[in-house]
Parts: sequence; structure tokens; C-alpha cells
Amino acid sequence: MTLRVEIELTRGSFELAVDFEVPAGTVLAILGPNGSGKSSLLGSLSGLLRPRRAKILLGDRDLNALQPYDRSIGLLSQDPLLFPHLSVVDNVGFSPRSKGAGRRESRNIARRWLAEVDAAEFADRKPAQLSGGQAQRVAVARALAGEPDLLLLDEPMAALDVDAAPAIRGLLRRVLSSNKERATVLVTHDPLDALALADHVLVLTEGRAIERGPTREVLAAPRTAFTARIAGLNLIAGTAVDDGLRTEEGRRIAGMLAADTALGEPAVAVFAPSSVAVYPAGDGHPGSPRNIIAASVTALEPHGPVIRLRTDAGLAADLTPAAVADLRLEPGSAVRLDIKATTVTVYPASLTA
Amino acid sequence: MKIPWVLWVPAGLALALVVLPVVGLLVRSDLRRLPSLIVTDSSLAALRLSIETAAMSTVGCIVLGVPLAVVLARSRVPGIRLLRAIVLLPLVLPPVVGGLALLYLLGRKGFLGYLLDVTLGVTVPFTTAAVVIAQIFVAMPFLVVSLEGALRSAGDSYEQVGATLGARPWTVFRRVTVPMLLPALGSGAVLSFARALGEFGATITFAGSLEGVTRTLPLEVYTQAESDIDSAVAVALLLVVLALLVIIVARPRALEGGTG
Repeated sequence: MTLRVEIELTRGSFELAVDFEVPAGTVLAILGPNGSGKSSLLGSLSGLLRPRRAKILLGDRDLNALQPYDRSIGLLSQDPLLFPHLSVVDNVGFSPRSKGAGRRESRNIARRWLAEVDAAEFADRKPAQLSGGQAQRVAVARALAGEPDLLLLDEPMAALDVDAAPAIRGLLRRVLSSNKERATVLVTHDPLDALALADHVLVLTEGRAIERGPTREVLAAPRTAFTARIAGLNLIAGTAVDDGLRTEEGRRIAGMLAADTALGEPAVAVFAPSSVAVYPAGDGHPGSPRNIIAASVTALEPHGPVIRLRTDAGLAADLTPAAVADLRLEPGSAVRLDIKATTVTVYPASLTA
Repeated sequence: MKIPWVLWVPAGLALALVVLPVVGLLVRSDLRRLPSLIVTDSSLAALRLSIETAAMSTVGCIVLGVPLAVVLARSRVPGIRLLRAIVLLPLVLPPVVGGLALLYLLGRKGFLGYLLDVTLGVTVPFTTAAVVIAQIFVAMPFLVVSLEGALRSAGDSYEQVGATLGARPWTVFRRVTVPMLLPALGSGAVLSFARALGEFGATITFAGSLEGVTRTLPLEVYTQAESDIDSAVAVALLLVVLALLVIIVARPRALEGGTG
């Protein structure tokens, strides 16, 4: 079901005013720093907060007129919040049971969802016996077991350690892409989450949407300085190979594969503008970087203390003003971009982009 | 933590203050005559009445106190902070004053008591029901305070998750709030039971001291102390044993913070 949202909300001196649409079967990432209004927005969608004025249409139902328990939503937050007194299977069966299924039927539904998230063997454990990653896996199953029409993900990877996060990200990719009816809203401050999971991105700051569009476009070519600062990334699309990525033109980008990247699958090489070194084109400087790309400068944009160099290769580099002056860089200058392979991570390409 | 040595002296004194009086009671009692002193009609009747009324008032505290604690901890009604303070009143009020207050509410001349008398022909004071009411009055704050503290420190995030999963408020209360509250409920119930068992002032003012009807163990001790001090000591020892039993049954979880 398609979600259409218009919200105005006031909390103390903070004001949130935002509108957006999430077509059925797609994921919208709300990207923003702390205090940008992400949680207020999510609270309004789940019904735990009451906005001053809101129209939240899910299909043809106005959610704003409904209590949280009548909204048919699933909420996954950074804390799994599994009920400590219930076994894993009864946690997952909680939603079907609350919606009227019997005990046996709820458990059957729960076991099916536990199998879906590869957590079937934890069914009879208590939440206290699970690791953080395992608990979040179960929480994913619990949020989905009620067959929600709208799934809300609130920084679902933020509290996980570096080993567990890619696995949950991969799991979410799988369950999100297998459903073509549900609308999903992902709230995050991490552009990589958006890149891995979302079709569209909305950048929120101080309660306003300052930029929106397809994930890859917004992250690779931010139109506002703010988005560039929090989310500006260099992205190169291609196919995952064992030492990095191969683009359609056949260029190889050396990099590190993320844990959930499968060889031969569509992938994106991601690195920050700050990890790109810039040399004059004619300089025969030898070095360890394995990725050398010839380009010419198209623009120089000040970003706080650094200058962001944009090039016709579609890549950006961050330099100090002193370096820009030393290299006498200006639009049209021919340069060589060097990217150290260890700063490049190759992620699976997002779901539909 | 290494305990500073200066703490040992007051700590030892405190322990002595708790233990020595009980030892004194034991020393004073005539152990050979103890069985015959305890097994009398009046003390057995008092024992039975004490356990029955304390059990009933504990149930009463739970039935009334759990909803009250939930309302106090979760409601956002204006004035709830004032209510929270008022609930603590019986905790700081001398029980005798509480008993008097109950008498002027439910006694034949009290406004509610008069109403009950005229409409239903029911007289509350000086009945076993009065004993239970007096015990609930003094004991319920213990349960409410421990439950409210547990509810506040647990927060309402689990209840919110329950709501997003489609559970209605009553289902959330039944399947999330109450089960998560059980440890605190256990400790609160034990505290209430213990307080009800020891209740004296409000009971004697509001319910009097009628053997088999309102004369609980503490009242029996008081009554015996006026005529036969040996019996009084014997019954007092009975109360000590009962109190120790409560502690043993409740330990280790309930009396030590109540979160285990």
C-alpha cells in the first residue's frame, strides 16, 4: 500500500513540517543528524506521538485517526526490545496473537518467520540468552509476523557491533525486496544504510526536508551543501569481483568487499571524498594507491574547512585550501585521482536502483 | 569496595539494636512452659485471625494497588503528582490517627458509615472487615510505592512496542505490563503482608480488640501484657517466628530490591 504523509508537529520550540510519499513495495530512507526531527516523524507514523496537524494515508486509511494498535504497522528500533518474560517464539507470535490468532496458530506463524530470518534454532530460548545480533534478528521476525502494511525501521543497525550489522543489513535487504505490497520508512543517520536498503532518500534537517530523490542520485550528487556534508559519498556502480569491483566499461576499482556482498552481483564501490588524493595529471609520482583515475576539475566548492573538488569522472575529493592553492587547481585543470584500496568498500547495489 | 573501618562500629551497633531485643525476648521466656502458653484458645484464635486478615488484606492491596500504581506511573492527567503524594499519607501518618480517620468515615456517625447503616444495615467498625480495611489502609502504600518505582524505571517502551504490534491496551496490560511487574509485585506483596501482620494502632482504634473477631496477634500480645507477662512473651515469640518465616519465604529476591 502506498503511504502519503503530510505532518506538522510542534514539540517545545522544535517544529517539524514535512510531506512525502512512499509507493507500495518501496523503501524511503529519512536521513538526518540527531535532532533533525527523525524520531518525531517516526513517532507520528507509529501513533506514539500526536502531531498538531497530519494526514497519514496508508492506502485509503487515514492512520492519524487510528490508535497505534489499529494501524497495522511494524516497528523495529535500534534496541530489539524483546519481551524478556516471553520465549523467542512467543515474542514473534505476539502480534498474530494480539490480532486474534490462537496460541497454536500464532506459534506456527512465528516459527515460519523465525525460519525466514534464520533464527529457527532460537525458538525456545529466552531473549536474555541471545546476543545483540541474534536478538535483532528475532525482532525483525516479530515486526514482520503481524504482516504490517507499513514497516518502520528506526536506526535498526545503530546499536549492533561491526560484525552483526552487515548480517542484519543483508537480512533486511532480503525481507524488504521480497514484499511488493508493503511501504517501508527507514530512519537513519548513516548514508550506507540508505544506500543498502532504500530506493529513495529524504534528507531532513531542523524539521524540514531539504533534499529528496533516488538514493544513488542524492548520495552521489547532493544538491545542497548540507547533504554533501552528512551524506556526500563517491559511488561507482559495477559488479562485485574478488578484489573489488568491475565497472561496465571494464575498469577495475580495488576495494574491500562488505560482508554481505556476493561475487558477480551488482555492487557499488563507496568511498569518502576525504580519501581521494589529488595529483597534477603529468606528475609521475609513484605510490601505493591502486586506483588511479584521470579526470578534469569541473567545480570547486567550499565545505566548511575544506574545499570539495568535483571532477568530470563523477568523483569528488576534499582538499585543504592550501593544497588547492599549491596545485593551482581551477575548473578545467587536468588531475590524477588516487584512492587507496583500503578506503574503498564494495557494497551490494541497493534493491531496485 | 574496601569498607572504611569507621563504618564497622555503627554498623555493629545497628545490628545489635535489631538482634539483641529478640534475644532479650528469648532469654525472658520460660522455654519449658512455652508450648502450653502458646497453645491456648485465645492465642490460637489470634494466630488464625492474624494470618487470615493479613492474607485478605494482601489480596486487597494487590487488587486495588496494582491499578493505582499503573495509573500513578503512566497517566498524564494534571494533578497526578499531588495524588502521588497523597497516596503516601498512610506511610507517614501514625496508625492510630489512621484508625481514628477510618472511624469517622465508616463509623456509625461518619458520613459513609451512616449511609451504609441506613441503606444496607451494615456496620463496619469492630468487625473482622474493619481489621482488613485498617490493614489495607496502612499496608497498601508499600505495594504501590514499590510497583510505581518498578514501572517508572522500566519505562514504557515495551508497552509501546506491544501497541505497535497490534495489542490493545488491556492486552498490553495483561501480557506485557503485569508479567514484567511480577518481581516487584512479589516484593511489594511480601512487604504489605508483613506490614498487615504487624498492624496495631489503626486496628485497635477502628476495630477494637474482640477475641476471635478483631484481636489479631499484636493486639493479643498487648492484652496479655496487662495480665500475664509470660503469655505475652510467648505470643510475642510466635510473632517473631511468623516474621522470620515471611523473610525466609520471601528471600532472596523480594526483600532485596525486588528486581531479580
